[in-house]
Amino acid sequence: MGEPSAQTGEHAISTSGLTKRYRGGQLAVDGLDLAVPRGSVFGFLGPNGSGKTTTIRMLMGLIAPTSGAARVLGEPMPRAVRSVLPRVGALIEGPALYGFLSGRDNLLRFDAADPTAEPRTRGTRVDTALERVGLAAAAGKKARAYSLGMKQRLGLAAALLRPRELLVLDEPTNGLDPQGMREIRSLVRELAADGTTVFLSSHLLDEIEQVCTHAAVMSRGRLITQGPVEALSSAGRLVVTTPDPAEAVRVLKERGVTGLAADGDRVTGELPQDPAALPELADFNAALVAAGVRVRGFGVERASLEDAFVALTGEGFDVAG
Amino acid sequence: MSQADTLTRSVWPIRSLGLFRSELVTVLRRWRTLALLAVLAGVPVLIGIAVRIETGDGGSAGGGGGGGPAFVALITNNGLFLVFASLAATLPFFLPMAIGVVAGDAVAGEANAGTLRYLLVAPAGRTRLLVSKYASVLAFCLIGTLVVAVSALVTGALLFPLGDVTLLSGTTVPFSEGLLRALLVALVVAASLTGIAALGLFISTLTNSGIAAMATTVGLLITVQIVDTIPQLHAVQPYLFPHYWLSFADLVRDPVYWDEMRSNFQLQALYVAVFGSAAWARFTTRDILA
Repeated sequence: MGEPSAQTGEHAISTSGLTKRYRGGQLAVDGLDLAVPRGSVFGFLGPNGSGKTTTIRMLMGLIAPTSGAARVLGEPMPRAVRSVLPRVGALIEGPALYGFLSGRDNLLRFDAADPTAEPRTRGTRVDTALERVGLAAAAGKKARAYSLGMKQRLGLAAALLRPRELLVLDEPTNGLDPQGMREIRSLVRELAADGTTVFLSSHLLDEIEQVCTHAAVMSRGRLITQGPVEALSSAGRLVVTTPDPAEAVRVLKERGVTGLAADGDRVTGELPQDPAALPELADFNAALVAAGVRVRGFGVERASLEDAFVALTGEGFDVAG
Repeated sequence: MSQADTLTRSVWPIRSLGLFRSELVTVLRRWRTLALLAVLAGVPVLIGIAVRIETGDGGSAGGGGGGGPAFVALITNNGLFLVFASLAATLPFFLPMAIGVVAGDAVAGEANAGTLRYLLVAPAGRTRLLVSKYASVLAFCLIGTLVVAVSALVTGALLFPLGDVTLLSGTTVPFSEGLLRALLVALVVAASLTGIAALGLFISTLTNSGIAAMATTVGLLITVQIVDTIPQLHAVQPYLFPHYWLSFADLVRDPVYWDEMRSNFQLQALYVAVFGSAAWARFTTRDILA
């Protein structure tokens, strides 16, 4: 469990005990304590149906929490919607557009909806946003004729109409080709470098691992863990390949390696938890060799975020019931 | 209050006008809206041609069957009466149906398309968005009515003679005054539609399906129109929004007879107040899940 922090000033998003029970009794989000540091690229993970989008809807003031509180950019939501949301760009549950309007006219309309947006700079801001997501050439086309990827880009452009302090992106690379995904990733890095906090929900763990500094994992409406990405995925395991597994296990056990398992010629084990007490890795190897173990391969495998995720949720990507 | 605050406060109404304009333009750029306006423009043309054919041999059109004002018989003498006849013909069904479609779609259609959530996180503000939407529906009431009136005036001028206007009470007034009264009639007709506009908007806040909201609004209109014709139900009839609709004919009398029109305005105001607040109460507290 992540520690809920009282210092909301340094958090772009913080929630305490945030709960949503839909009519009909379904508990979609259950006592969520989320803390998103300012300036982070925060990955929000969870299988489909785990409550990610419900959480985002509560953060954006679209639905009212059943209990608990949420603060966005230091102000309470949904009470401060008017002063907070102009500083937030959001892409929620995929793009939604007026099919009979051109891409450019769609953005003009969304910008006109913001009472704090300056009408005189509207045209140039819309063009800049289109440029930024690579849609300038298709700006005059009816949105109905856009591919899913283009719609996604237009949705992103709407989130980028003004400089934002916080970007909330729900599955931003959905429907994009690999090239498009790369572009979005570099866009996210670029925005983060400018100091924008990016809150990114995704089920593409690879994506989170590549761009995020922090992550949280949800399952069945509950927060399972949150923290810096390295902390989530760095439970490294020692892997030794040898034709003498039994001997290797004995030697490593003596050196404090736990959870040892031999599978054929592959011996794996967990390194001691305390990093200060961790001896030089090469010493393990030297000890093995000194004991006459024929070492063919030696190294530490970092568990990927996906492994960590599956270990935490225990359900992979199945839809939660 | 800081200077920036004052500035924000003073520009806010102007920027809300921007949202209203965006609303109206968005409504008018839908094919559906244009088709509705085309139907509305077509009705006077049809009536004009029918009357013209009917009276082509010099006879007069049949003496205004039905409950509405007997404008049709007067068209052959003066094309201006086509304006009154067309408004009387479209007010019971065509005009409110068009309003029901536009008002019913206003919130539900956007919820259905998902664009509502993006307007709200812009943030449009729920009250501000609802007011802008109602204002754009009202503007559409006026536009629809004017489309009928202008189409009728043009058709009337092309097919029939124009000239001094003999009012329903027998007095004759100059054509210019007749034209002025036609404009007034159009405004009164547009005002008669404010009640169903509020009702449609309220229904629109109840569902995420634009089609369902449109169908419900139009269905209610038909039901109410039927109830309004059943004599046994006369006790409830003064509270039905279409009950005084055809009172606009009193504007074509001399002196103008205001009583029923006043009842009409009061009734419309009541509907706007009741369903407007209901729509507001619903929309500002609703979970936006679409």
